[in-house]
Order: sequence, then structure tokens, then C-alpha cells
Amino acid sequence: MRTEFSKEQQLLRDIVSRALREKSPATAVRELMASDRGYDLAVWQELCGDVGLTGVHVPEAHGGAGGGAVELGIVAEEMGRTLFCGPWFASAVMAGTALLEATSDEVRGELLPRIADGSTIGTLVLDDLNGPGGVGGSIRAAGDGKLSGTAAMAVDAHVADLLLVAARDDAGLGLHAVEGGAPGLVVEPLQVVDPTRKLSRVVFADVPARRVGDVTAGALDRIWDRICSAFAHEMIGGAQHLFETTVNYTKERFQFGRPIGSFQALKHRCADLLLELEIARALTHHSARCLDAGEGEPYVASMAKAAAADAYMSAARAGIQLRGGIGFTWENDTHLWFKRAKGSEVLFGTPAIHRERMMTMLEGAA
Amino acid sequence: MTADEIRREVSAWLDANWRVDRPLIEWREILLEGGWAAPHWPEEWYGRGFTLDQTMVVAEVFREKDVVPAAQVGPRGLASETILACGSDDQKRRFLRPILTGEHTWCQLFSEPGSGSDLAGLSTRAELKDGNWIVNGQKVWNTSAHHADFGLLVARTDWDVPKHQGISYFLLDMRQPGVEARPLRQMNGHQSFNEVFMTNAVVAPEDLIGGEGNGWHVAKTTLSFERRGFSRRVRGSSLDGPKQGPIYAEYEEELRIATEPYTWYPQREGRVDLVLPRARETGAINDPATRQEIAKLICLYTGARLASDSAEARRKAGTTEIIPAGSIGKLAASVIARQASHVHTMISGADAMLSGPDSAADGIIAEVLVSVPAISIAGGTDEIQRNIISERVLGMPKGFRADQGPFRDIKRNA
Ligand SMILES: Cc1cc2nc3c(=O)[nH]c(=O)nc-3n(C[C@H](O)[C@H](O)[C@H](O)COP(=O)(O)OP(=O)(O)OC[C@H]3O[C@@H](n4cnc5c(N)ncnc54)[C@H](O)[C@@H]3O)c2cc1C
Ligand SMILES: Cc1cc2nc3c(=O)[nH]c(=O)nc-3n(C[C@H](O)[C@H](O)[C@H](O)COP(=O)(O)OP(=O)(O)OC[C@H]3O[C@@H](n4cnc5c(N)ncnc54)[C@H](O)[C@@H]3O)c2cc1C
Repeated sequence: MRTEFSKEQQLLRDIVSRALREKSPATAVRELMASDRGYDLAVWQELCGDVGLTGVHVPEAHGGAGGGAVELGIVAEEMGRTLFCGPWFASAVMAGTALLEATSDEVRGELLPRIADGSTIGTLVLDDLNGPGGVGGSIRAAGDGKLSGTAAMAVDAHVADLLLVAARDDAGLGLHAVEGGAPGLVVEPLQVVDPTRKLSRVVFADVPARRVGDVTAGALDRIWDRICSAFAHEMIGGAQHLFETTVNYTKERFQFGRPIGSFQALKHRCADLLLELEIARALTHHSARCLDAGEGEPYVASMAKAAAADAYMSAARAGIQLRGGIGFTWENDTHLWFKRAKGSEVLFGTPAIHRERMMTMLEGAA
Repeated sequence: MTADEIRREVSAWLDANWRVDRPLIEWREILLEGGWAAPHWPEEWYGRGFTLDQTMVVAEVFREKDVVPAAQVGPRGLASETILACGSDDQKRRFLRPILTGEHTWCQLFSEPGSGSDLAGLSTRAELKDGNWIVNGQKVWNTSAHHADFGLLVARTDWDVPKHQGISYFLLDMRQPGVEARPLRQMNGHQSFNEVFMTNAVVAPEDLIGGEGNGWHVAKTTLSFERRGFSRRVRGSSLDGPKQGPIYAEYEEELRIATEPYTWYPQREGRVDLVLPRARETGAINDPATRQEIAKLICLYTGARLASDSAEARRKAGTTEIIPAGSIGKLAASVIARQASHVHTMISGADAMLSGPDSAADGIIAEVLVSVPAISIAGGTDEIQRNIISERVLGMPKGFRADQGPFRDIKRNA
């Protein structure tokens, strides 16, 4: 297994990075986070259509670029760096991965091309966002296929054309496709700490749905791992942004007649942060390579999610603290990343949940 | 040369030359002449200019055939690398050979009671008198100095220039009346390091290395080798199991003396390898809080290894970014060792009060708990690594300095 990115992967990163720096500056983030919709349709179409960001991991046969977890991770990392606002993670990562891991080639042939080109916005609706073990308790599919129940939180469901819902019926846990706006479907936007990621409560009252696949325990674990690996990349990108801007700030801000970056308390904090970030980044990149190669420790994604979440919060805390009073203002952009870090720490399982998941895979349950 | 070609050539050579009934030194002389003692050294100096990977192939064949290699344990590696990089041809001719044969052992005489982290603030004095350098002063924390034949010595030769410019580097004969090494007992009970007193010790002019006043440059060469090799374990390449033949007895005796100061080094790294076995054995593996800490340790350990592989790959690919792999790796080793020690404590519970044969794993765990504090000090403290990382990698501004100007005028320890 290689430990470095290929030339093509570097090129992908350069392209994505350039596009996002241009399309997702902090001014755009602020505008979109204050809007109900949460994304800019023109930018979305450009990034999906021209740059192909929703299809990097989709097989070529289904209209994608044929990459894997590594390519998905590269895009996620750059999105996290710029705090991109839009349903990319919900549609490409969550819905895309669910289709890839839990449906037949026929279903994939029908639904994936629309995800890959961005013409359909998808999301995956899970009734537990803490861990795969809790999924399937609250939403049921009746004999006629109609769904009832509630998902307390779903990512970007308010703009989804296609909701893939994990729901239980007599055959077990299945993946059920629901059209946005279907009768009986109520999507209630929630107030959130991190307004750059929109969450809604989704209530199903006899909502017509089509069962498109089985969600076996193995499939759910694979979906969870791929989502967590991509998510760890998103966090690493954000942490890296905070780290770089914070170190730069300490070189420019003068107190006591010298740059605050010359004070050892700050230098040592930054050195420790670099170490934590390097370790989390290595685990994150490793997780994607392992998922693609089908090698490595079974718990690579949980290592990545736990380490990246902790490193992101460390970078976020330092990002505010090392800026002093200005860091605590609404006007300064640092809090946007702080809030993303806080939200990311708990979505798809806290670090503690992932560490326990690791240990269970390694040694069995306690 | 490919691995197969190397394998064939070294095997044929060993088949023709290796015998278990030769005296150790005589065997190593032959090894040296054959060019297999240090294949990674340059061709002019006993080597073949091999890469590290090629050298590993040679070592592998030696192990397979139970062949005694050139002497390698302890600080002698620092000596040979420093002499190779900065020494004169005459010095290389005189010193390299006995390092490889094992006739000479070395130690590092850098730290002093008054200057450790601030190595360049050293005040051991060397003065030229009647054609020889006369050395007076004290060194401390010098591992293996109690059985060393030579020392890598830094001393001040000019007190009227800024501190880095007045230092010279010497190859000191330890077996002389003016040099006395007194073993110091460490908090873990071992006696690996010493204090070394020099009273009118004599160094011949030809044993000054790198030129007068150029000692700081030479010392940095030594330190970079030291830091790079830090996470690599200092371990004798002991041949597995008892072997028949007089040469093995001589070799085992050499290893016993040379590795004695280092038997606790694996413990100072935290013995991550013992964590899961101990957790299973004690049942702590079922404790949720302990499981969290074990998982954190696994993440740190795995991530640090991956990060260092990735830095190595980037370096090989010729990256232009600054990767102070030595400093980051050394800091990571400290963090890992501390977390491992913390986890071992959680696992042992009240048993962590016991030591020696009364304690777990025949005292190994107890030794971990009282040896880990060394890793964040030896070879440059954690704080110094953080200074290096923040200033050289992150480009953060240097702080206020109180040690500019002639060394004579700088405030220092009494
Ligand atoms: C909620 C809140 C309420 C406040 N209320 C008031 C108020 O009512 N009245 C008022 O006058 N002010 C108030 N302040 C301002 C507050 O006192 C300052 O923000 C604080 O003193 C830090 O100064 P600064 O923001 O200029 O940061 P800076 O001084 O620029 O500090 C930036 C970073 O550098 C570090 N740093 C600076 N100097 C050193 C050093 N020598 N060694 C090590 N690190 C150093 C700091 O710790 C910080 O991490 C308030 C601030 C907040 C956040
Ligand atoms: C097991 C072991 C083996 C050793 N082997 C050898 C050997 O073979 N040869 C040899 O020469 N030496 C050896 N040493 C010595 C070692 O290199 C020194 O102990 C080390 O460099 C620290 O120096 P010091 O002990 O004088 O502490 P000091 O330099 O006095 O440091 C005391 C404290 O102050 C901190 N400090 C100092 N300067 C700064 C700064 N600029 N910024 C922030 N904090 C600072 C340090 O981090 C430390 O916490 C060994 C040490 C140990 C523990």
C-alpha cells in the first residue's frame, strides 16, 4: 500500500482547492449560513457539473470518475478547509456511499448517475447518528412499503430530492428511497450550533417509499466507516486552516513590544498542535487507503474519526484563545470553524464512542 | 546492486571466510578488509557506499548464518559518523578501524552541570600549551563513559567571541590520569550515565576535529545523527540462542558490557507491546475507562508511525518542505511513552506500587513507570524540541535572547 498521493491525486487536490478558494470564501460562507437553503445553486451546479465533485468516488459506469475513498477524502479535506456550504457531504458521501454499499447494480445504475452529476441532491436518513448499533429503532416500513417514524436529525434533508432512509421491516433493516416532497413527509429545520451544516427533523407519516436494498450489519458498518473516513478528512482540512491562520496571526500581532508568536507559551502550544495534527492526518489518510485496498486494521475509520475530531477541537480552541478578545467576536471568522469543529466532534459518534468501537473490534465488547 | 546480487556475493564471501574458531578481533579485521563490516560507509573507508536498504540485506544474511558482525552497540556509532563527516584522513585512518573491530568503545562528553539544553553555553576549558591541548572541566550524564576508551568532547577554546564561535571538538583518550569517570545512579536504579572530571587532561593537536573554533558545527553533526536514531532502539544484535564456538563467547561478553547501560531503554519508551497482554491478563480490558486510554495510545502509536513513514516518503521524493522528522519523532516518542506509562498504571492498579520480582512481568512494568521520565530529557528535552519545531518549521519568531556578545560576559551558572 502506498503512503503518498499519486500525481493524479495531487492534481485533483489542486483543482478542488483552487475551485473552492474561489467559490467558497468566508463572505460566501457567512451569506449561506444565514440563509434557509444553505447553498448557492449556481456554485453547486458548477462544482458538480464542471469540476465533478459529487462523482469522484462513483464508478465510471455510473457516470463518475471511478475513484475511491482517497479521492473522496481529498475533496472532503478541501471542503472542510474552506467550510464549503452545500449538500455535498449529504449527497455524495452519505447517499452515494449508501447506494454503493447497500444496493444492486440495477439500482445504482438508476440512481447514482444523478448523484454523480449533481442533478439530484440525495441524503441518507438514519434514526441514530451516534453509531451503527442504534440505527433502525425508530423508523418502520409497513407491508405496503410506506414509512412511519421519526429521524431526530438528518443532514441537508431540507433540500434533498432523494432521501435514502434506513428503516426496519419484516425482512430486517433496509434502504428505502423517498422522494423529496412526498405525501406525509415533514422536514422541520432545526436550530443548530454550526449553521454551515443544516440539520432537520424528518417525520414520516405513511410516506410512500421504495425498498432499494438490504442494510445488513456488515453493510451498515462499511457505510459508517466510509462516511467517517471522509468526515475525518473534512475535519483535517478545517483543522489545518485554523492551524495555519492562527500561527500566522501570532506572527503579526504585537504585544509587549514583540510579536506574540515569540512567547514560548504560544510557541509550545503550536508545536504540540502540529504533532497532534500530523498524527490525526496520518491516521485519516491511512483510513482511506486501507478502505480502498481492503487492508489494514478493521478499525482504521474509527481511529481517524476519533483523532481528527480531537485535533480539530484542539485547533479550534487554540484558534480562539491565541487571538484573544478578537477571537471571541462574531466579526472574526474563527468561530465559524470552531462551531464546525464542535458539530463534527459529535456527528457520527463522539471520539469516545469511536474509541470504544475500536476496542470492540480489537478485543470484543467489554 | 540488487538485493539478490548482494545476497549472493556476501554469502559466497562468508562461506569462504567465516570461521567460529577465530579470535573476535582477528575475524573483524578480515571482515573489514573484505568490505563487509560497514557496507553503508564510503568505499575509501571500509565500505561500499550501500544504501540503508542494501545494508539491511547484508545484515540479514549475517543473521541467517549466525555470523558475528562488526561492533555496533552504544555511542560508537555517533563517533564513527562524526569522524566520517568531519574528520581528517589521518583521523579516519586511526579511529575508524578500531571502532569497527570493537577494540575501542566511545562516549559522548557534551552535557555539563552548568549547561545541558544550552549546550553551546559549555565552559569546559581547553588551552594550547607546549603544543598539546590541556583540558579542565566537568561533564555529566555521559552514558557508557565508565567503560569508554575515547570520548567525543566539546570544550571552549575562545572566551572572547560569541558562544557558538569559541567551541572546539576533540577526540579525547579516556584512559589517562587526567580523566576520571564516576558512575551516577539514576532514579530507576540503573547506573548508565556518569560524571566525568577532566584535570589537565591532554589531547594531542591531531585529535582536534573540524578545526579550532569550529566545534559547534561538528557537534550539530553528532546531534543530528543522535536525534535521527532516537526512536530506533539501541539494542545489541544478539544472535538468537546459545551458539557453539569460541568467537561467540567473546562476542557475548562484548555485548554484555556494551548493552548493559541500555537494558532499560525499551522500558523508557513505555513498552506499548505489553499493554494489551497485560490488560487481558488482569481483566482491565473490560474496564470502559481503561479501554478509552488504550485506544488513545493505539491511535498515537499508529499515527506517529504512519506520520514518520509519510515524512520519509516525502523526503525520498525530494520535497522542499521543512520536515524536522527528528524533532517531531522525538516529541511523539515522549507523548507515546507517557500515555503508555499512564495506561500501565491504570491496568496494574494498586499492584503498581510493587517493584522487582514482586511486581508484574518480573519488574518490567515497575521499570517502565520509573524510566519513562528519561525519554523527554535525554537527547534534547521536549521543550527544546518544541522550540525547534515552532521556530524552524512554523517560522515563529525567536524570543528575547540574553546570550549575545562575547561568552565571557554572559550570565551563567556558578
Ligand atoms: C467576554 C469578554 C469580555 C471583556 N470585557 C472587557 C471589559 O469589560 N473591559 C475591557 O477593558 N476589556 C474587556 N475584555 C478584553 C480582555 O481583557 C482582552 O481581550 C484580554 O486582555 C486579551 O487581550 P487581547 O484581546 O488584546 O489579546 P492579546 O493580548 O493580543 O493576546 C493574544 C494572545 O496572545 C497571548 N499573549 C499575549 N501576551 C502574552 C505574553 N506576554 N505571554 C504569553 N502569551 C501572551 C494571549 O494570552 C492570547 O492568547 C473582554 C474580553 C472578552 C473576551
Ligand atoms: C538517560 C540520559 C542519558 C543521557 N546521556 C547523555 C550522554 O551520553 N552524553 C551527554 O553529553 N549527555 C547525556 N544526557 C544529558 C542530556 O542531553 C541533558 O540532560 C539534556 O540535554 C538536558 O540538559 P540538563 O539536564 O542540563 O537540563 P537543563 O538544560 O538545565 O533543563 C532544565 C529544564 O529547563 C528546560 N529548558 C532549558 N532550556 C530551555 C529553553 N530554551 N526553553 C524552554 N525550556 C528550557 C528543559 O526543557 C528542562 O525541562 C543524558 C540524559 C539522560 C536523562
